[in-house]
Amino acid sequence: MSGDEPAVALRDLGRAYGERVALSGVTLTLARGRTLAVFGANGAGKTTLLRVLATLLRPHAGSVSVLGRALPGEGWAVRGRIGLVGHEPLLYRDLTAAENLRFHARLHDVGGGRVDELLGAVGMARRADEPVRALSRGMAQRVAICRALLHAPDLLLLDEPLANLDPGAAGAVAPLIGRDAGLTRVLISHDVDRGLAEADVVLGLRAGRPVLVAEDAAAVSARDVRELYA
Amino acid sequence: MRRAVSALVRKDLRVELRTGEAVPAMLLFSISTFVLFHFALDRRSVDGQLAAGVLWVTLLFAAVLAMGRLFVAEREQGGFDGFLMAPVDRTALLVAKAAVLLCFLVAVELAAVPAFAILLLGPSPWAVLPQLCAVLALADVGVAVVGTLVGALGIQTRTRELIVPILALPLMIPVAIAAARATAPLLVEAGAGGLPGRWLAVLALYDLVFGLLAYAVFDYLLDD
Repeated sequence: MSGDEPAVALRDLGRAYGERVALSGVTLTLARGRTLAVFGANGAGKTTLLRVLATLLRPHAGSVSVLGRALPGEGWAVRGRIGLVGHEPLLYRDLTAAENLRFHARLHDVGGGRVDELLGAVGMARRADEPVRALSRGMAQRVAICRALLHAPDLLLLDEPLANLDPGAAGAVAPLIGRDAGLTRVLISHDVDRGLAEADVVLGLRAGRPVLVAEDAAAVSARDVRELYA
Repeated sequence: MRRAVSALVRKDLRVELRTGEAVPAMLLFSISTFVLFHFALDRRSVDGQLAAGVLWVTLLFAAVLAMGRLFVAEREQGGFDGFLMAPVDRTALLVAKAAVLLCFLVAVELAAVPAFAILLLGPSPWAVLPQLCAVLALADVGVAVVGTLVGALGIQTRTRELIVPILALPLMIPVAIAAARATAPLLVEAGAGGLPGRWLAVLALYDLVFGLLAYAVFDYLLDD
Protein backbone atom coordinates (compact mmCIF):
# COMPACT_ATOMS: atom_id res chain seq x y z
CA MET A 1 0.00 0.00 0.00
CA SER A 2 1.45 3.35 -0.97
CA GLY A 3 1.56 6.13 1.62
CA ASP A 4 -1.28 8.20 0.19
CA GLU A 5 -3.62 5.29 -0.49
CA PRO A 6 -6.52 5.19 1.96
CA ALA A 7 -6.60 2.33 4.44
CA VAL A 8 -10.31 1.86 3.76
CA ALA A 9 -12.32 3.10 0.80
CA LEU A 10 -16.00 2.21 0.48
CA ARG A 11 -18.27 3.23 -2.34
CA ASP A 12 -22.00 2.38 -2.15
CA LEU A 13 -21.23 -0.71 -0.10
CA GLY A 14 -24.21 -3.00 0.28
CA ARG A 15 -24.68 -6.32 2.01
CA ALA A 16 -27.80 -8.38 2.65
CA TYR A 17 -28.69 -11.55 4.53
CA GLY A 18 -31.27 -13.12 2.27
CA GLU A 19 -34.04 -10.55 1.89
CA ARG A 20 -32.87 -8.43 4.80
CA VAL A 21 -30.62 -5.52 3.87
CA ALA A 22 -27.89 -5.13 6.49
CA LEU A 23 -25.88 -2.41 4.77
CA SER A 24 -26.74 -0.12 1.90
CA GLY A 25 -25.04 2.82 0.20
CA VAL A 26 -22.12 3.21 2.59
CA THR A 27 -19.48 5.48 1.11
CA LEU A 28 -16.46 6.77 2.98
CA THR A 29 -12.68 6.95 3.04
CA LEU A 30 -10.33 6.38 5.94
CA ALA A 31 -6.73 7.51 5.67
CA ARG A 32 -3.87 5.60 7.23
CA GLY A 33 -3.22 6.22 10.91
CA ARG A 34 -6.73 7.55 11.47
CA THR A 35 -9.70 6.17 13.35
CA LEU A 36 -13.21 5.64 12.05
CA ALA A 37 -15.84 5.47 14.79
CA VAL A 38 -19.03 3.66 13.80
CA PHE A 39 -22.19 4.36 15.77
CA GLY A 40 -25.67 2.98 15.53
CA ALA A 41 -28.32 1.08 17.45
CA ASN A 42 -28.32 -2.71 17.65
CA GLY A 43 -28.92 -4.20 14.20
CA ALA A 44 -27.82 -1.03 12.41
CA GLY A 45 -25.18 -2.94 10.44
CA LYS A 46 -22.04 -2.06 12.39
CA THR A 47 -20.81 -5.60 12.90
CA THR A 48 -21.64 -6.49 9.30
CA LEU A 49 -19.46 -3.59 8.17
CA LEU A 50 -16.62 -4.82 10.36
CA ARG A 51 -16.92 -8.37 9.02
CA VAL A 52 -16.87 -7.12 5.43
CA LEU A 53 -13.69 -5.17 6.17
CA ALA A 54 -12.22 -8.24 7.88
CA THR A 55 -12.77 -10.24 4.63
CA LEU A 56 -15.15 -12.54 6.50
CA LEU A 57 -18.24 -11.43 4.54
CA ARG A 58 -18.50 -10.67 0.85
CA PRO A 59 -19.92 -7.31 -0.14
CA HIS A 60 -23.03 -7.70 -2.30
CA ALA A 61 -23.01 -4.23 -3.83
CA GLY A 62 -20.58 -1.38 -4.37
CA SER A 63 -16.84 -1.52 -3.99
CA VAL A 64 -14.60 -2.09 -0.98
CA SER A 65 -10.90 -1.44 -0.83
CA VAL A 66 -8.90 -2.35 2.27
CA LEU A 67 -5.22 -1.49 2.55
CA GLY A 68 -5.20 -0.77 -1.16
CA ARG A 69 -6.69 -4.12 -2.16
CA ALA A 70 -10.14 -4.62 -3.63
CA LEU A 71 -12.40 -7.02 -1.76
CA PRO A 72 -13.38 -9.75 -2.10
CA GLY A 73 -11.10 -10.48 -5.09
CA GLU A 74 -7.85 -9.55 -3.39
CA GLY A 75 -8.86 -10.54 0.11
CA TRP A 76 -5.98 -13.03 0.20
CA ALA A 77 -3.54 -10.13 0.05
CA VAL A 78 -4.82 -8.39 3.17
CA ARG A 79 -5.44 -11.43 5.36
CA GLY A 80 -2.75 -11.32 7.95
CA ARG A 81 -2.67 -7.52 7.89
CA ILE A 82 -5.96 -7.04 9.73
CA GLY A 83 -6.63 -7.52 13.43
CA LEU A 84 -10.15 -8.10 14.73
CA VAL A 85 -11.53 -7.77 18.23
CA GLY A 86 -15.15 -8.81 17.92
CA HIS A 87 -18.07 -9.73 20.14
CA GLU A 88 -16.59 -13.18 20.62
CA PRO A 89 -12.96 -13.54 21.67
CA LEU A 90 -12.19 -16.12 18.92
CA LEU A 91 -10.36 -18.26 21.44
CA TYR A 92 -10.63 -22.00 22.03
CA ARG A 93 -12.11 -22.50 25.47
CA ASP A 94 -10.19 -25.71 26.20
CA LEU A 95 -6.80 -24.23 25.40
CA THR A 96 -4.95 -21.91 27.73
CA ALA A 97 -4.51 -18.25 26.91
CA ALA A 98 -0.88 -18.86 25.95
CA GLU A 99 -1.74 -21.92 23.84
CA ASN A 100 -4.39 -19.95 21.98
CA LEU A 101 -1.97 -17.15 21.23
CA ARG A 102 0.82 -19.53 20.23
CA PHE A 103 -1.62 -21.23 17.85
CA HIS A 104 -2.50 -17.91 16.20
CA ALA A 105 1.17 -16.90 16.23
CA ARG A 106 2.00 -20.02 14.21
CA LEU A 107 -0.77 -19.26 11.72
CA HIS A 108 0.64 -15.76 11.30
CA ASP A 109 4.26 -16.92 11.38
CA VAL A 110 5.02 -14.81 14.44
CA GLY A 111 7.61 -15.80 17.06
CA GLY A 112 6.59 -16.99 20.51
CA GLY A 113 8.32 -14.05 22.20
CA ARG A 114 5.56 -11.77 20.96
CA VAL A 115 3.01 -13.88 22.87
CA ASP A 116 4.78 -13.37 26.19
CA GLU A 117 5.32 -9.69 25.46
CA LEU A 118 1.63 -9.06 24.79
CA LEU A 119 0.35 -11.16 27.68
CA GLY A 120 2.62 -9.17 29.96
CA ALA A 121 1.44 -5.89 28.47
CA VAL A 122 -2.23 -6.61 29.23
CA GLY A 123 -1.50 -8.01 32.69
CA MET A 124 -2.32 -11.62 31.82
CA ALA A 125 1.11 -13.21 32.24
CA ARG A 126 0.15 -14.87 35.54
CA ARG A 127 -3.03 -16.39 34.09
CA ALA A 128 -1.44 -17.39 30.77
CA ASP A 129 -1.53 -21.11 31.55
CA GLU A 130 -5.17 -21.27 32.55
CA PRO A 131 -7.77 -22.52 30.09
CA VAL A 132 -9.83 -19.76 28.55
CA ARG A 133 -13.04 -21.27 29.91
CA ALA A 134 -11.70 -20.58 33.42
CA LEU A 135 -11.10 -16.90 32.68
CA SER A 136 -13.61 -14.13 33.27
CA ARG A 137 -15.04 -12.40 30.21
CA GLY A 138 -12.83 -9.42 30.86
CA MET A 139 -9.71 -11.56 30.99
CA ALA A 140 -10.72 -13.40 27.83
CA GLN A 141 -11.24 -10.01 26.20
CA ARG A 142 -7.69 -9.02 27.13
CA VAL A 143 -6.37 -12.22 25.56
CA ALA A 144 -8.52 -11.52 22.48
CA ILE A 145 -6.88 -8.12 22.18
CA CYS A 146 -3.48 -9.83 22.32
CA ARG A 147 -4.65 -12.21 19.56
CA ALA A 148 -5.68 -9.31 17.36
CA LEU A 149 -2.34 -7.55 17.86
CA LEU A 150 -0.02 -10.57 17.56
CA HIS A 151 0.91 -9.92 13.96
CA ALA A 152 1.14 -6.11 14.28
CA PRO A 153 -1.80 -5.50 11.92
CA ASP A 154 -1.97 -2.51 9.58
CA LEU A 155 -5.71 -2.19 10.24
CA LEU A 156 -7.37 -2.86 13.56
CA LEU A 157 -11.10 -3.59 13.67
CA LEU A 158 -12.55 -3.11 17.13
CA ASP A 159 -16.11 -4.01 18.08
CA GLU A 160 -16.70 -2.72 21.61
CA PRO A 161 -13.13 -3.58 22.63
CA LEU A 162 -13.53 -2.34 26.18
CA ALA A 163 -16.68 -4.34 26.86
CA ASN A 164 -16.28 -6.39 30.05
CA LEU A 165 -13.04 -4.63 30.99
CA ASP A 166 -12.70 -3.01 34.40
CA PRO A 167 -11.04 0.43 34.51
CA GLY A 168 -7.66 -1.09 35.34
CA ALA A 169 -7.79 -3.50 32.42
CA ALA A 170 -9.08 -0.77 30.10
CA GLY A 171 -6.09 1.31 31.15
CA ALA A 172 -3.73 -1.59 30.47
CA VAL A 173 -4.96 -2.12 26.91
CA ALA A 174 -5.23 1.59 26.06
CA PRO A 175 -1.57 1.97 25.00
CA LEU A 176 -2.01 -1.00 22.66
CA ILE A 177 -5.30 -0.19 20.95
CA GLY A 178 -6.04 3.39 21.96
CA ARG A 179 -5.45 6.54 19.96
CA ASP A 180 -1.86 6.83 21.16
CA ALA A 181 -1.00 3.49 19.56
CA GLY A 182 -1.12 5.32 16.22
CA LEU A 183 -2.90 2.48 14.46
CA THR A 184 -5.45 2.70 11.69
CA ARG A 185 -8.65 1.69 13.44
CA VAL A 186 -12.30 1.08 12.79
CA LEU A 187 -14.01 1.31 16.15
CA ILE A 188 -17.55 0.37 17.06
CA SER A 189 -18.66 1.83 20.34
CA HIS A 190 -21.89 2.51 22.18
CA ASP A 191 -20.05 4.88 24.48
CA VAL A 192 -20.68 8.03 22.46
CA ASP A 193 -18.31 10.36 24.31
CA ARG A 194 -15.43 7.89 24.36
CA GLY A 195 -16.05 6.92 20.73
CA LEU A 196 -16.02 10.52 19.59
CA ALA A 197 -12.89 11.25 21.59
CA GLU A 198 -11.12 8.40 19.77
CA ALA A 199 -12.43 9.24 16.30
CA ASP A 200 -11.12 11.16 13.33
CA VAL A 201 -13.93 10.10 11.02
CA VAL A 202 -17.49 9.29 12.09
CA LEU A 203 -20.07 7.02 10.51
CA GLY A 204 -23.59 6.74 11.90
CA LEU A 205 -25.75 3.89 10.69
CA ARG A 206 -29.49 3.41 10.96
CA ALA A 207 -31.04 0.22 9.56
CA GLY A 208 -27.94 -0.32 7.45
CA ARG A 209 -27.98 3.13 5.86
CA PRO A 210 -25.42 5.85 6.54
CA VAL A 211 -27.26 8.75 8.14
CA LEU A 212 -24.19 10.50 9.54
CA VAL A 213 -20.86 10.64 7.74
CA ALA A 214 -18.29 13.16 8.94
CA GLU A 215 -14.70 13.39 7.72
CA ASP A 216 -13.92 15.50 10.77
CA ALA A 217 -15.08 14.03 14.05
CA ALA A 218 -14.59 17.38 15.80
CA ALA A 219 -17.53 18.74 13.82
CA VAL A 220 -19.86 16.06 15.24
CA SER A 221 -21.62 16.63 18.53
CA ALA A 222 -22.50 13.90 20.98
CA ARG A 223 -26.14 14.94 20.56
CA ASP A 224 -25.98 14.21 16.81
CA VAL A 225 -24.72 10.74 17.57
CA ARG A 226 -27.22 10.06 20.35
CA GLU A 227 -30.04 10.75 17.92
CA LEU A 228 -29.00 7.57 16.12
CA TYR A 229 -30.17 5.60 19.14
CA ALA A 230 -33.50 7.40 19.49
CA MET B 1 0.94 -24.57 4.33
CA ARG B 2 2.87 -27.10 6.41
CA ARG B 3 3.12 -24.60 9.25
CA ALA B 4 -0.62 -24.02 9.30
CA VAL B 5 -1.46 -27.73 9.03
CA SER B 6 0.90 -28.52 11.87
CA ALA B 7 -0.58 -25.75 14.06
CA LEU B 8 -4.15 -26.90 13.38
CA VAL B 9 -3.41 -30.60 13.95
CA ARG B 10 -1.55 -29.93 17.18
CA LYS B 11 -4.35 -27.69 18.39
CA ASP B 12 -7.05 -30.27 17.65
CA LEU B 13 -5.13 -33.18 19.17
CA ARG B 14 -4.39 -31.13 22.26
CA VAL B 15 -8.08 -30.26 22.65
CA GLU B 16 -9.05 -33.92 22.17
CA LEU B 17 -6.49 -35.11 24.72
CA ARG B 18 -7.84 -32.55 27.16
CA THR B 19 -11.56 -33.04 26.60
CA GLY B 20 -11.85 -36.60 25.23
CA GLU B 21 -14.95 -35.62 23.27
CA ALA B 22 -14.48 -37.78 20.17
CA VAL B 23 -12.28 -40.85 20.59
CA PRO B 24 -13.74 -42.25 23.85
CA ALA B 25 -17.27 -41.88 22.44
CA MET B 26 -16.27 -43.60 19.19
CA LEU B 27 -14.59 -46.43 21.09
CA LEU B 28 -17.49 -46.93 23.46
CA PHE B 29 -19.87 -46.95 20.52
CA SER B 30 -17.76 -49.54 18.68
CA ILE B 31 -17.53 -51.90 21.63
CA SER B 32 -21.24 -51.51 22.44
CA THR B 33 -22.08 -52.32 18.83
CA PHE B 34 -19.91 -55.45 18.88
CA VAL B 35 -21.73 -56.57 22.02
CA LEU B 36 -25.09 -55.87 20.36
CA PHE B 37 -24.07 -57.87 17.29
CA HIS B 38 -22.94 -60.69 19.55
CA PHE B 39 -26.42 -60.99 21.03
CA ALA B 40 -28.41 -60.05 17.90
CA LEU B 41 -26.69 -62.64 15.73
CA ASP B 42 -26.95 -65.20 18.51
CA ARG B 43 -23.59 -66.68 17.57
CA ARG B 44 -20.48 -67.27 19.59
CA SER B 45 -18.31 -66.02 16.77
CA VAL B 46 -18.38 -64.79 13.22
CA ASP B 47 -15.95 -65.12 10.35
CA GLY B 48 -15.48 -64.34 6.66
CA GLN B 49 -17.87 -61.91 4.96
CA LEU B 50 -20.12 -61.59 8.00
CA ALA B 51 -17.18 -60.68 10.26
CA ALA B 52 -15.89 -58.16 7.75
CA GLY B 53 -19.35 -56.62 7.41
CA VAL B 54 -19.82 -56.30 11.17
CA LEU B 55 -16.38 -54.78 11.61
CA TRP B 56 -16.72 -52.19 8.84
CA VAL B 57 -20.30 -51.16 9.53
CA THR B 58 -19.32 -50.57 13.15
CA LEU B 59 -16.18 -48.60 12.30
CA LEU B 60 -17.98 -46.44 9.73
CA PHE B 61 -20.81 -45.61 12.11
CA ALA B 62 -18.24 -44.75 14.78
CA ALA B 63 -16.48 -42.47 12.30
CA VAL B 64 -19.73 -40.56 11.73
CA LEU B 65 -19.71 -39.61 15.43
CA ALA B 66 -16.38 -37.80 14.99
CA MET B 67 -17.39 -36.16 11.70
CA GLY B 68 -20.19 -34.31 13.46
CA ARG B 69 -17.76 -32.93 16.06
CA LEU B 70 -14.88 -32.10 13.72
CA PHE B 71 -15.70 -28.42 13.13
CA VAL B 72 -17.76 -27.65 16.24
CA ALA B 73 -15.03 -25.67 17.98
CA GLU B 74 -14.30 -23.73 14.78
CA ARG B 75 -17.95 -22.74 14.49
CA GLU B 76 -18.86 -22.19 18.14
CA GLN B 77 -15.60 -20.70 19.39
CA GLY B 78 -14.70 -18.54 16.39
CA GLY B 79 -11.99 -20.78 14.99
CA PHE B 80 -13.22 -20.24 11.44
CA ASP B 81 -12.88 -16.46 11.72
CA GLY B 82 -9.42 -16.68 13.26
CA PHE B 83 -8.28 -19.10 10.57
CA LEU B 84 -9.86 -17.21 7.66
CA MET B 85 -8.09 -14.00 8.70
CA ALA B 86 -4.69 -15.66 8.78
CA PRO B 87 -2.42 -15.50 5.74
CA VAL B 88 -2.59 -19.23 5.04
CA ASP B 89 -3.96 -21.43 2.28
CA ARG B 90 -7.50 -22.51 3.14
CA THR B 91 -6.68 -26.03 2.01
CA ALA B 92 -4.58 -26.28 5.17
CA LEU B 93 -7.81 -26.64 7.14
CA LEU B 94 -8.97 -29.52 4.93
CA VAL B 95 -5.66 -31.32 5.24
CA ALA B 96 -5.44 -30.72 8.99
CA LYS B 97 -8.99 -31.83 9.75
CA ALA B 98 -8.62 -34.93 7.58
CA ALA B 99 -5.36 -35.74 9.38
CA VAL B 100 -7.04 -35.28 12.76
CA LEU B 101 -9.97 -37.52 11.79
CA LEU B 102 -7.47 -40.09 10.53
CA CYS B 103 -5.70 -39.97 13.91
CA PHE B 104 -9.03 -40.46 15.69
CA LEU B 105 -9.88 -43.46 13.47
CA VAL B 106 -6.49 -45.08 14.03
CA ALA B 107 -6.75 -44.51 17.80
CA VAL B 108 -10.19 -46.12 17.87
CA GLU B 109 -9.12 -49.06 15.70
CA LEU B 110 -6.11 -49.77 17.91
CA ALA B 111 -8.59 -50.73 20.63
CA ALA B 112 -11.72 -51.62 18.64
CA VAL B 113 -10.14 -54.25 16.38
CA PRO B 114 -8.68 -56.23 19.31
CA ALA B 115 -12.03 -55.87 21.07
CA PHE B 116 -13.75 -57.24 17.97
CA ALA B 117 -11.32 -60.15 17.88
CA ILE B 118 -12.06 -60.96 21.51
CA LEU B 119 -15.83 -60.42 21.49
CA LEU B 120 -16.93 -61.72 18.11
CA LEU B 121 -14.28 -62.89 15.72
CA GLY B 122 -13.73 -66.65 15.29
CA PRO B 123 -10.33 -66.86 13.58
CA SER B 124 -7.36 -65.08 15.07
CA PRO B 125 -6.55 -61.91 13.12
CA TRP B 126 -2.94 -61.68 14.28
CA ALA B 127 -1.49 -63.74 11.46
CA VAL B 128 -3.00 -61.40 8.89
CA LEU B 129 -2.36 -58.19 10.80
CA PRO B 130 -0.18 -56.49 8.14
CA GLN B 131 -2.81 -57.12 5.44
CA LEU B 132 -5.60 -55.98 7.76
CA CYS B 133 -3.64 -52.82 8.54
CA ALA B 134 -3.26 -52.12 4.81
CA VAL B 135 -7.03 -52.32 4.30
CA LEU B 136 -7.69 -50.22 7.41
CA ALA B 137 -5.22 -47.56 6.27
CA LEU B 138 -6.66 -47.24 2.77
CA ALA B 139 -10.23 -47.15 4.03
CA ASP B 140 -9.39 -44.69 6.82
CA VAL B 141 -7.89 -42.18 4.38
CA GLY B 142 -11.08 -42.18 2.32
CA VAL B 143 -13.30 -41.92 5.40
CA ALA B 144 -11.17 -39.06 6.76
CA VAL B 145 -11.43 -37.07 3.53
CA VAL B 146 -15.17 -37.66 3.07
CA GLY B 147 -15.75 -37.05 6.77
CA THR B 148 -13.97 -33.72 6.62
CA LEU B 149 -15.99 -32.65 3.61
CA VAL B 150 -19.27 -33.72 5.19
CA GLY B 151 -18.34 -32.22 8.56
CA ALA B 152 -17.60 -28.87 6.91
CA LEU B 153 -20.92 -29.01 5.06
CA GLY B 154 -22.86 -30.07 8.12
CA ILE B 155 -21.47 -27.36 10.36
CA GLN B 156 -22.99 -24.72 8.06
CA THR B 157 -26.47 -26.03 8.83
CA ARG B 158 -28.66 -25.90 11.90
CA THR B 159 -29.35 -29.64 11.68
CA ARG B 160 -25.78 -30.87 11.82
CA GLU B 161 -26.71 -34.04 13.71
CA LEU B 162 -29.04 -35.07 10.90
CA ILE B 163 -27.13 -33.81 7.88
CA VAL B 164 -23.79 -35.42 8.69
CA PRO B 165 -25.00 -39.07 8.80
CA ILE B 166 -27.47 -38.51 5.95
CA LEU B 167 -24.64 -37.30 3.71
CA ALA B 168 -21.80 -39.41 5.04
CA LEU B 169 -23.35 -42.86 5.04
CA PRO B 170 -24.32 -42.98 1.33
CA LEU B 171 -20.96 -41.49 0.38
CA MET B 172 -19.20 -44.22 2.36
CA ILE B 173 -21.05 -47.13 0.71
CA PRO B 174 -18.14 -47.73 -1.70
CA VAL B 175 -15.76 -47.84 1.27
CA ALA B 176 -18.03 -50.26 3.10
CA ILE B 177 -18.23 -52.57 0.07
CA ALA B 178 -14.55 -52.43 -0.88
CA ALA B 179 -13.20 -52.63 2.67
CA ALA B 180 -15.50 -55.51 3.62
CA ARG B 181 -14.67 -57.43 0.44
CA ALA B 182 -10.96 -56.84 0.98
CA THR B 183 -11.16 -57.89 4.62
CA ALA B 184 -13.40 -60.95 4.26
CA PRO B 185 -10.74 -63.37 2.93
CA LEU B 186 -8.47 -62.39 5.82
CA LEU B 187 -11.05 -63.44 8.40
CA VAL B 188 -11.99 -66.91 7.14
CA GLU B 189 -12.09 -69.63 9.80
CA ALA B 190 -10.62 -72.24 7.47
CA GLY B 191 -7.50 -70.17 6.91
CA ALA B 192 -6.86 -66.69 5.63
CA GLY B 193 -6.80 -66.16 1.90
CA GLY B 194 -4.78 -63.58 0.02
CA LEU B 195 -5.49 -59.89 -0.01
CA PRO B 196 -7.74 -59.12 -2.99
CA GLY B 197 -5.85 -56.47 -4.95
CA ARG B 198 -8.93 -55.42 -6.90
CA TRP B 199 -10.69 -54.15 -3.78
CA LEU B 200 -7.57 -52.42 -2.52
CA ALA B 201 -7.42 -50.65 -5.87
CA VAL B 202 -11.05 -49.59 -5.46
CA LEU B 203 -10.21 -48.13 -2.05
CA ALA B 204 -7.18 -46.31 -3.44
CA LEU B 205 -9.27 -44.93 -6.30
CA TYR B 206 -11.95 -43.78 -3.85
CA ASP B 207 -9.28 -41.99 -1.79
CA LEU B 208 -7.94 -40.28 -4.89
CA VAL B 209 -11.32 -39.22 -6.29
CA PHE B 210 -12.63 -37.83 -3.01
CA GLY B 211 -9.28 -36.25 -2.22
CA LEU B 212 -9.40 -34.31 -5.48
CA LEU B 213 -13.09 -33.47 -5.01
CA ALA B 214 -12.48 -32.18 -1.50
CA TYR B 215 -9.52 -30.12 -2.70
CA ALA B 216 -11.70 -28.57 -5.42
CA VAL B 217 -14.72 -27.66 -3.32
CA PHE B 218 -13.44 -27.07 0.21
CA ASP B 219 -12.69 -23.37 -0.35
CA TYR B 220 -16.31 -22.75 -1.29
CA LEU B 221 -17.54 -24.39 1.89
CA LEU B 222 -15.64 -21.80 3.93
CA ASP B 223 -17.10 -18.83 2.04
CA ASP B 224 -19.95 -16.91 3.63
